[in-house]
This record gives sequence, C-alpha cells and structure tokens, in this order.
Amino acid sequence: MHDQGFFFQAFIYLLAAVLSVPLAKRLGLGSVLGYLVAGVVIGPFVLGLVGEEQSDVLHFAEFGVVMMLFLIGLELQPSLLWKMRGSILGLGGLQVLITTLIIAGVSRFFGLSWMMAAALGMILALSSTAIVLQTLNEKGLMPTHAGQSSFSVLLFQDIAVIPMLALLPLMASPELLASVGGKGNSGSEHAGLTATLAGWQQALLVLAVVAVIVVAGRFLLRPVFRFIAETRLHEVFTAASLLIVVGIALLMQLVGLSPALGTFLAGVVLAESEYRHELETDLDPFKGLLLGLFFISVGASIDFLLLLSQPWLILGLVFGLVIIKFAVLFFLAIVFKLELSQNFLFSFALAQGGEFAFVLFSFAVQNHVLPADTAQLCIVVVALSMITTPLLMMLNESLIQPLFANRNIKSREADQIDEKENPVIIAGFGRFGQIVVRLLKANNIRATVLDHDPGNIEMLRRFGWKVFYGDAGRIDLLRNAGAEQAKLLIVAIDDKEHAVEMIKLVRKHFPHLRILARAVDRPHAYELLKLGIDEVYRETFSSSLEMGVGALRILGFRAHQAHRMAQVFRRHDEGSLKKLAPLWGNEKAYLQGVHQYLSDLEGLLNEDSQELHLDVDPAWSSNIPREDDHGT
Amino acid sequence: MNELNKILILFAHPALEKSIVNKSLFSALQGLEKITTHDLYEVYPDFFIDVTFEQELLKEHDIIVFQHPLYWYSSPALLKKWQDLVLEHGFAYGEGATALHGKKLLSAITTGGIREAYQKNGVNRYTIRQILTPFDQSAHFCGMEYLPPFVVHGARLEDNCGNTDRLAREYQTLILALRDNRLNYQEIRQYEYLNQCLDLLNP
Repeated sequence: MHDQGFFFQAFIYLLAAVLSVPLAKRLGLGSVLGYLVAGVVIGPFVLGLVGEEQSDVLHFAEFGVVMMLFLIGLELQPSLLWKMRGSILGLGGLQVLITTLIIAGVSRFFGLSWMMAAALGMILALSSTAIVLQTLNEKGLMPTHAGQSSFSVLLFQDIAVIPMLALLPLMASPELLASVGGKGNSGSEHAGLTATLAGWQQALLVLAVVAVIVVAGRFLLRPVFRFIAETRLHEVFTAASLLIVVGIALLMQLVGLSPALGTFLAGVVLAESEYRHELETDLDPFKGLLLGLFFISVGASIDFLLLLSQPWLILGLVFGLVIIKFAVLFFLAIVFKLELSQNFLFSFALAQGGEFAFVLFSFAVQNHVLPADTAQLCIVVVALSMITTPLLMMLNESLIQPLFANRNIKSREADQIDEKENPVIIAGFGRFGQIVVRLLKANNIRATVLDHDPGNIEMLRRFGWKVFYGDAGRIDLLRNAGAEQAKLLIVAIDDKEHAVEMIKLVRKHFPHLRILARAVDRPHAYELLKLGIDEVYRETFSSSLEMGVGALRILGFRAHQAHRMAQVFRRHDEGSLKKLAPLWGNEKAYLQGVHQYLSDLEGLLNEDSQELHLDVDPAWSSNIPREDDHGT
Repeated sequence: MNELNKILILFAHPALEKSIVNKSLFSALQGLEKITTHDLYEVYPDFFIDVTFEQELLKEHDIIVFQHPLYWYSSPALLKKWQDLVLEHGFAYGEGATALHGKKLLSAITTGGIREAYQKNGVNRYTIRQILTPFDQSAHFCGMEYLPPFVVHGARLEDNCGNTDRLAREYQTLILALRDNRLNYQEIRQYEYLNQCLDLLNP
C-alpha cells in the first residue's frame, strides 16, 4: 500500500493531520499529541498506511526543527541572547552533565559497559526541542520564566550535540567492532568533512563557519533581500527565505555541525533586520507543516511489536527516564531559584527524550558504540517518552498549577523588550506616515513601522529608523508585528484600493484595533467613512487650508481672522464630508447632496465676505448697540 | 422646590494631566444625575468654540459652574474666550435677552496661595471675593445670581494633594446639595465661601 506514489503519501499525512489535530485541540490535548496519535494510527502497527519509508520521512521532517530554530533566532535579539548566557551555560550545562552521569550510572548498574552506559547517558540527556517549544508556544508560555529556562536548556543541548557526534566514534566497544569485523563508520553523514580533520582544525573550521554566517547575515543578506524585494514577487521572497535556511543547514551538515544551531545563529543575526517579520511570516507555515510531519513520523515509528514483546520492561524504562530527567530538572530549577510553579512547568516540559536521540542512536550503532537491539529499544523508549510530555503538561496544568493560582506566573513578561509590545502599528512610512511617527516618537510612543518599498526602507534605516519590510495587508504579517497587542493601526499607505482592502481585513481579524486612515482624496475618504472608520484624514486638506490662510493674510486679512475663517471652513467641510459619505455610490442622491453642500458653502462664503465677524463671532463685531454694552 | 436643578460644570484646565486637585474634583462629578460636565480644553483644543451649542447648553441648565484654577486672578484663557463669545449680546444681555435670567453662577476655583495670602495685608492684597468681582458682575449683568465661590486654597500643598479624596467628597456634597435644593439661599448669601455650608450639611 505504500508504493502508490507521492500523492497518496501526502494525502495520508495531510488527512491524518487535518483530522486528528483539530480533534486533539478540541479535547484540550494540544496539537503535538494530536500529531503523535495520528502517526500511531496511520503507522504500520495500526492501519499500516505508511511503512518503511517512514525513516526517510522522519529525516526529512527533522528539517521542521531546523526551521523552528531559525524562527526562534529571529525573535531573539543578540543582546537578549547575551543576557541568557548564564542560564544557557549554567542550567543547560549542568542538566546535560548531571543527567548523563545519572543515566550512565543506572545503566552501568544494569550491567552495560562503561562506554555504552556513558553513550546512553549522553543521548538520553537530550530533550525534544520540537515538542517542548511547540507545546510551550501553543500555550503561550514561552515568555514565562519557565519558558525561557526551557529554551536555554534546549539551546545548550543543541550545542552539546556537536561534541557528542565527535565523541561517539571514539567510544566504540571492542566486542561490537569485533562482531561486525570492523566495517568502519560508513554512513556517518553527520561527521561530514570534519571527520578527517584534527581536533584543532575542526575547532577552527567551526569558528570559521560561524563567522561566515554572522558576517554574511549582517552584510550580505540584507542587500540580497532588498534586491529580491524590489522584484515585488512575493513567492520569490519566500523561495529566498527557504533557500537561506536550506543553504545554512547544508553548510552545517557539511562541516558536521547541527543544522538547527546554524540556522538559529542566522536567525539571531537577522533578528534586527527589516525583513524579520516577512521572513517569519513566510517560513511559519513551512515550519508548522514540517513539525507536524515530524510528530506524525515519530508516532508512526514507534515499534509496537517491540513494545508488545517486552511491555513491562519498556514502560518501566520510559517511566524511569522521565522520572530521572524530571528529578534532575527539578533539582536544578531549585538551585537556579525558579519559583515553584515555574519549576513544575519547566521540569515537566523537558522530561522526555529528544529527536536528536533518533539520530544519535543510529549513529552510535553505525559506530559500534551500542548494539542494535539496545538502540532499537531505546528509540521506542524515547518516542514513548515524547508522548508523555503533552500528557504531563496537561497534568501540570489541571492539577498542579491551580495550587499556585494566586502566584504571578507572568511576572517576567514585562521585561521582554520587543517591538511586539508597541501600542501603534503604522503601515506606510512615506512622506505622510513619517510625520505621524515623528510626533509619536517625540512623545515617547513607540510604533512598529511596516513599509513595502525596499528603497525607502534602506534610506530610512540609514537615518536610524526601525522599519520592517512587508505588506501590511497580510494578516499573518500584522499578527507577527504585534497587531493582537497593539491599540492603534495607522494606515498611511498611498495606494487607495490597497488601503481599503487592508482595513476590511484588519477589521475582520483584529476588531479591537482603532484604525486611523489616510485618505488620498475625497472619494477615497467617502469609501473609508463608509467602512465605518471615523478617523479619516485627507492627506492634503490641512496643508491646503493653511496655504489658504497664508493667501488671505497676504491679501490684507488680520492673521486671527484668516485663521478663524479656515476653522469655519474646516468644520463645514468635515461636517459635509460625513454627511455626504453615505450617499457616495448613489449618483443621484450624491449629486443632490453636493449641490446642497455647495450652496451652503457659497452662502457661508458670501456671508463671510460681507459680514465676516457677525456670522462667526458676533460678540466681537463692532455694530452692537453701544448703550447697554457695559459688559464687554 | 423638590424639583432637581440641572447643573452645568464648565471645566477649564489647560494641563489636566498635571493637575492633582482639580482633576479629582472634576472626576468626582462624573456620571451624576442632572449634572453635565463639560471639559472645555478637551472639546475645543483649537479654541474654536461652537457658540450655538454652548448657548443651548446654558439654556438647558439651572446652575452654571465655572470650575478652573485661578490664573493671574482670573480664569484660564479658554474660559475667558468662552465668556467673550458665548455670553453675547442678544443672548446673555441686551434688550429682550433673558436666556440666563434667574439662573445661578458658581465659581469653583483652586489657588496656589493659601487663604491668608488673599487679604488686605497678604501678598495678593485682595480677597478672593474682590478678585472674583468680574465674574460676580458678569453674572449680575446677565440676570444671574452669583453664589459664594467654592475655593481650595494651597492646591499644591502636601496637605491638599494628599487629601484629594476628602476635597472631592466635599465638592461633590456641595454640588449635590445645590442640585437637590438642600441649601437655603438666604443663608448662604451671607457666607464668604460656599465651603462653609459643609458644616450645615454634615452637622
């Protein structure tokens, strides 16, 4: 059944995702568990819809993790990363070290050789970046103390994979080597080029690659993105985004580094670029689908035959693994002074085996570090431990967290400096939007600025403005720019139709946003008013009026008088604009309305010219009877 | 006698964001029955006063309150302009202009100086009642009765800034008493400040 081609496979995977994930979410189980269960169902042991190509799919789907780390990097400014160095090295380092030691000790106790025990400890010390971050993100727990700590640990683990890959070949057991007759480490794709190099050369190469990513990210990628953005072809930009992630992953594999780590680094480098939101938006669906695929693959890869043959042993191992990891994490969280409620969240979140374990176990078998049957067993244990995470998180949420209900879990959120907290989003940063933002900035109000003209952005960035590339008409992009938290959206773009479309969409998706709109001309203003936007600003109206005032003054009007006339005119015109707006589109009624407006205006202006003061401010006029005028 | 008075609070403060006492006085009157609060600087930031609208408001109310800080022995500029434009000939005074007849005008002011400063031998040389003479006479000229003013002296002093709740409660009590006709006008005419009625209201 598995050889019916790509479309059938795609159909099965997508169908499984589409059916199971909404169901799981509806039941409050979270998407990760939904995907995992879907994988089990379509896997070889239940429906058998997918089979031996499973491991290829799993391998491919791991790319979702790579992409996720790129996106996480995009969210993380270098300064923020630097601030986290303590918890990455301290918390992460100790977690890996202690967990490795304990698991190795336990394994040794059960009779494994020292080398095997150490390898097992290392591999099982890792947690699942994909599951943890996806689950935390989904629950909005990333900004919490526990979320940040989890992230630090995961980041350290990703770094730790590099030395592990280097160490494993050195840990080969003589007896395993002997049994296969020294086949050598053939399929060691992960060792890559570095395998043939000496230690210091490897280190140098790694440093060089990191430097290349940082330098290229800083100086090369921006002009390239700009060049691509200027084509105004959205799909090419998406292609370029994918190209970068794939390219970096490839480069990292070539030199034997973790692709996830490389793309994470590239993400951090690009975190301050103007293309950040657009990159996030473009890559997000790919990441989501690939991660989903990854979870399904994990579910499908669980070897139930093995499980059924030794159920108690395997379940016992899963239980033991989770307990050990939980205990170490819980202990470390106490040492690092996490509040108790956060500690539970942190410890439950990370108490599973990671996806790197799959890779490392097969790598270890290839390198004769572990016997194949032990690795098989461990892979099942790791996969099952992944399934426990969403369940443990639910347990934490429904049973443990309520005990801390009064504690302030979100206390850390305030010091997250990010554009997403800006109260104002402004679309269009040309000659109109700039003035608005400058006034806001002068009053210490920060605005997230979106513009889709790369040339304009380049210029403004040179002047120190923080402008992001992107079309504010895209809901996903607005969401990334923080539309859910913002109060105001200022639509200051010069494209009339586009502004109207954007506003319609925004009102549908972010009904809480107050919208202020720039109207290019009167008909445009009508259209905007008819959409129910009451803050409509005609782009030339105010300056034209001021020019009129200037003209009146040169013609001999007193300055105050000219100013008042402009105010009268403004009120009249703005009033008529609102009155005529509903008639716009109905030609007959509108023309009638305009005639009325014009004759009103004419009357007003005639009165103005004859008895300017009397109409506006009679009290200041000079022809009031004087005899009883003591009061004024 | 039991019919409630409608009260219009004409509030003039050019920098309410920096105000302490006036802000709490003004907010103590929000949302009360028969009391209209009208924040002039918020409604007319460009000083372009809608005269017709203001005159309609005046007609609808029985007691008009000018609430403002005392600036240079007078009101902030916008309230002065409001008087210049809204109290116009033919509406507020002049032949057949009886729109305001029988209404009452109250000044509710805050001053930086303490009460002792507003005396013949104080730095301000004149009493508050003397300083408010232009308002008194304007009211009289429009056929309105000018009530003794509600005054908070030393509005920047710690004593008052820390006690805005009490001041706001007192102000609210007095305004509500005016609304509910619980004050004996014969009696209050003798007072220098309306604040003195508080003793009558809370024996």
